[in-house]
Amino acid sequence: MKFVKHALLLTVASLLSGCNMVVMSPSGDIAQQQSDLIVYATILMLIVVLPVMALTVFFAIKYRSSNKEAAYEPDWHHSTSLEIVIWAVPMAIILCLAGLTWVATHRLDPYQPLSRISVDKSIDETVEPLVIQAVAMDWKWLFIYPEYGIATVNEAAAPVDRPIRFEITSSTVMNSLYIPALAGQIYAMAGMQTELNAVLNHPGEFKGFGANYSGLGFTHMNFKFHGIDDAGFEKWVDKVRDGAEQDLGRHEFLVLDQPTISHPVTYYGSVDPELWTAVINQCVDENELCQNDMMMVDALGGGGLKGLTMRELFAGICTSDNPAGLLTGLQGTENAAVSETGTRKLSLVKLDLNAFGLPDASQRRHATEKN
Amino acid sequence: MAGAHLSEGVDYSRWDPIFGKLGWDVFPFQEPVVLVTFIAVVLGGLAVLGILTYFRVWRYLWSEWFTSIDHKKIGIMYMVLALVMLLRGFADALLMRIQQAWTASGGAGYLEPHHYDQIFTAHGMIMIFFVAMPFITGLMNFVMPLQIGARDVAFPFLNNFSFWLTTSGAVLVMISLFVGEFATTGWLAYPPLSGIQFSPSVGVDYYIWALQIAGIGTTLSGINLVVTLVKMRAPGMDYMKMPIFCWTALCTNILIVATFPILTATLVLLSLDRYLGTHFFTNDLGGNPMMYVNLIWIWGHPEVYILTLPVFGVYSEIVATFCGKRLFGYTSMVYATLVITILSYLVWLHHFFTMGAGADVNSFFGITTMVISIPTGAKLFNWLFTLYKGRIRFELPMMWTIAFMLTFVIGGMTGVLLAVPPADYVLHNSLFLVAHFHNVIIGGVVFGVFAAMSYWFPKAFGFTLEPFWGKVSFWCWVVGFYLAFMPLYVLGLMGVTRRLSQFEDTFYSGYFITALLGALLIAAGIGAFLIQLFVSIRNKDALRDTTGDPWGGRTLEWSTSSPPPYYNFAFTPKVHQIDAWWHMKSAGYERPTENFEPIHMPRYTATGIIMAGIITVMGFALIWHIWWLALVTLIVTVAYAIDHTFNYNRDYYVQADEVAKIEGGRSQLLIAGAKES
Repeated sequence: MKFVKHALLLTVASLLSGCNMVVMSPSGDIAQQQSDLIVYATILMLIVVLPVMALTVFFAIKYRSSNKEAAYEPDWHHSTSLEIVIWAVPMAIILCLAGLTWVATHRLDPYQPLSRISVDKSIDETVEPLVIQAVAMDWKWLFIYPEYGIATVNEAAAPVDRPIRFEITSSTVMNSLYIPALAGQIYAMAGMQTELNAVLNHPGEFKGFGANYSGLGFTHMNFKFHGIDDAGFEKWVDKVRDGAEQDLGRHEFLVLDQPTISHPVTYYGSVDPELWTAVINQCVDENELCQNDMMMVDALGGGGLKGLTMRELFAGICTSDNPAGLLTGLQGTENAAVSETGTRKLSLVKLDLNAFGLPDASQRRHATEKN
Repeated sequence: MAGAHLSEGVDYSRWDPIFGKLGWDVFPFQEPVVLVTFIAVVLGGLAVLGILTYFRVWRYLWSEWFTSIDHKKIGIMYMVLALVMLLRGFADALLMRIQQAWTASGGAGYLEPHHYDQIFTAHGMIMIFFVAMPFITGLMNFVMPLQIGARDVAFPFLNNFSFWLTTSGAVLVMISLFVGEFATTGWLAYPPLSGIQFSPSVGVDYYIWALQIAGIGTTLSGINLVVTLVKMRAPGMDYMKMPIFCWTALCTNILIVATFPILTATLVLLSLDRYLGTHFFTNDLGGNPMMYVNLIWIWGHPEVYILTLPVFGVYSEIVATFCGKRLFGYTSMVYATLVITILSYLVWLHHFFTMGAGADVNSFFGITTMVISIPTGAKLFNWLFTLYKGRIRFELPMMWTIAFMLTFVIGGMTGVLLAVPPADYVLHNSLFLVAHFHNVIIGGVVFGVFAAMSYWFPKAFGFTLEPFWGKVSFWCWVVGFYLAFMPLYVLGLMGVTRRLSQFEDTFYSGYFITALLGALLIAAGIGAFLIQLFVSIRNKDALRDTTGDPWGGRTLEWSTSSPPPYYNFAFTPKVHQIDAWWHMKSAGYERPTENFEPIHMPRYTATGIIMAGIITVMGFALIWHIWWLALVTLIVTVAYAIDHTFNYNRDYYVQADEVAKIEGGRSQLLIAGAKES
């Protein structure tokens, strides 16, 4: 038994030495705080785990049946003071952990803008975060840089020490954007947008990948994430622009969206500014009704049977910035081919909307869209 | 919108009114791995059938086992099913370990992604539903009625039917190996990946119908066992005098009754999406996959406790028995079990902190998860203080228990770690997570099942298991587990995610090779266990347990003979204390040898196995869209069920002289045993 224990310890020790545990020594402040949290929580738990393990071994040896000298009390089965300790010790540990969890979860909420660049570097309020819009596809990652009007496939970069805000969605099944050196992962889901705020503190070339199984080509859904200084980043942007063989419009997106495995790194020199909204609303293909329009139609009662079959009539009746556009849009459709019942219903709903006031409806829509 | 995922070979959009989606090309024998497996299974199957026929045991199996409604035999059949499926599920594990070790060392591997994806999906699904669940249900079935002094469960026919429904699900999963293909979605089949758009093949349909049929069996068995525990305890056994295993069985079955319908409903919604084109979980037209993820985990997390609570009960029984000492803190053990039962319902969101919920929601579910470790910790301390001032006999069940106590705390610790949302962001979906849940499922459930098998084996078969090969199996399992999963913890911290079939660099090679060695050691452990069974059966006369109480037991199952007579107890025991049998022994209990009375018993019936057989065909028809067959089998099932309600010949009385004869036989055995020792 002892030999096995030693052998185990040796194996563990040799395994741990010389390995590069990126999760425990990352290059981004958020990931660093997350790994610190792992260490603190582990230490807290070891306070109770180690004595339990030691006592188990100690009691098991001491009270073995061959040791006739050890005390034997077959009827001893209760001790109030011991019971109190048994419940109180784990409770105390969990109380500490719960406090730690509450604070850390709020501080490291991926939706929160960063409060610092690193331990010894505070945030510069004047610097806007670099927005990277990430789309999980089958089976590659598309990154759009709206600030620069460029896009890349299976490669991304960010300047060191500048806050990054990822806006994440999927054009296909559920996935998860994970760059271990930078920060923890967040799911990518079609028709929805999730967010991740993070910052990189050290330059380098890091691994990023889809961390949530997504089917056949999942294994190869990885990309390189470059951390570079500001000048280097500008150079990288130029490289993308110069290296780009095409622009990313709706058509190019739809072509890219076809399933491929190990898609080569691809650069796009400019990006259709409406593309992102269309991706989120799953209507890059202009024959598809946008989700936001559909939600609005549904919120208005659906337009009856015609609302099902002639939804294209409602396309574009509202934009996220101008929900009032809805009303004019509807008036437009009234003249068009919407059936009598549909029109009646829609105008009834319009009355409702007027009665309740439009802002309510638009706020509701915003909330749904943000998810 | 992305098109359908690249599909392999077979065209699943075709349909024929007679054969549905079936065609000659659905047999995937072009894949060498599958072909070899198929040949091995066919040869093995033929060999088994040949042996059974040669020894003319078919009639015996049919009349004494398959149609049996004796809870003990059903319990044993559950265990056999679980063991057979363990071999299948473990073969999958080995295939994955070999593939990962191979490709992480620079090799090309031997499994196509499409095949590899089926393997990990099948591995997870089989290990939970057709290994762990039947093990647990089998244990509860066998042990619990004996422990409460009952003659059978509350609804004996339903029990048989539940077992065959579970088997029916297992059969469908096995068929998927050779007819068509299995799901490539991961074991919980998250949509939209499992939806018809991204999984157009029959794989997910195999998954759905295997789970639906087995799940209904589990729900029915849950109802059965709850009623048994509530209504059929021996006189004097009030709740706070029940053995701890019965308490855990009660809580587990309450959880089953409360959660399995959620699984059923969720899968119904998924099937509607797949079969009728609804949009509950699709990306578009108002569907929301997040609903599925929530629903499946509202079932899925309690499921973890459905598996672990009964083994906690097993360990409690074993610790008390082999320490020769009453369990420390019975009352706090009961409350800990109840608290876990309730809390297990309040933690499901911790499986997807990364889905983007706000910090308040994530913290809430993180903290509720941690709170579960308080009662679990209390349980651990209770076992610990049962050791204290005991006289510990290190028989095999006790060895498993100590190994569990040392291993489970590690799994519990990493579990709490994963419950801290920001830590989960970096560990979620990683091999760290894989290591964690194998740590609790193997270190908790599997160790517990092996402990239970060696503990109750003599009760079930009348002879103890030969210890040498059991110890070989024990050491292989324990050391193998550490070798297989500690490297995965490290790999998780190195940022390696789960479900990868290839690796681009050889950086991780050493860890994956170590993990493979661990898996091979576990394979040796399984082999040693099978040898142990074989050797024990061969030496069964030398290992015979004539006393009915080989370990110095404390609970009622040890008061009757090994194996127990089919009516369990000639007289229903009267209970005055916790550890009723221990108390009876110390009070100088004399076994009654006369004045026997007729015993009311249920009759065997073939309805369960026949009906489950028809339902299996129905499942197959639904999977392959053979609508006429599905309709016919549905009508036959309903008609058969109604017909069965008119069967009034369901019970009989065992005559007093028959009881006297059986009990007289036991008296002689006891005398002979006493002379020998």
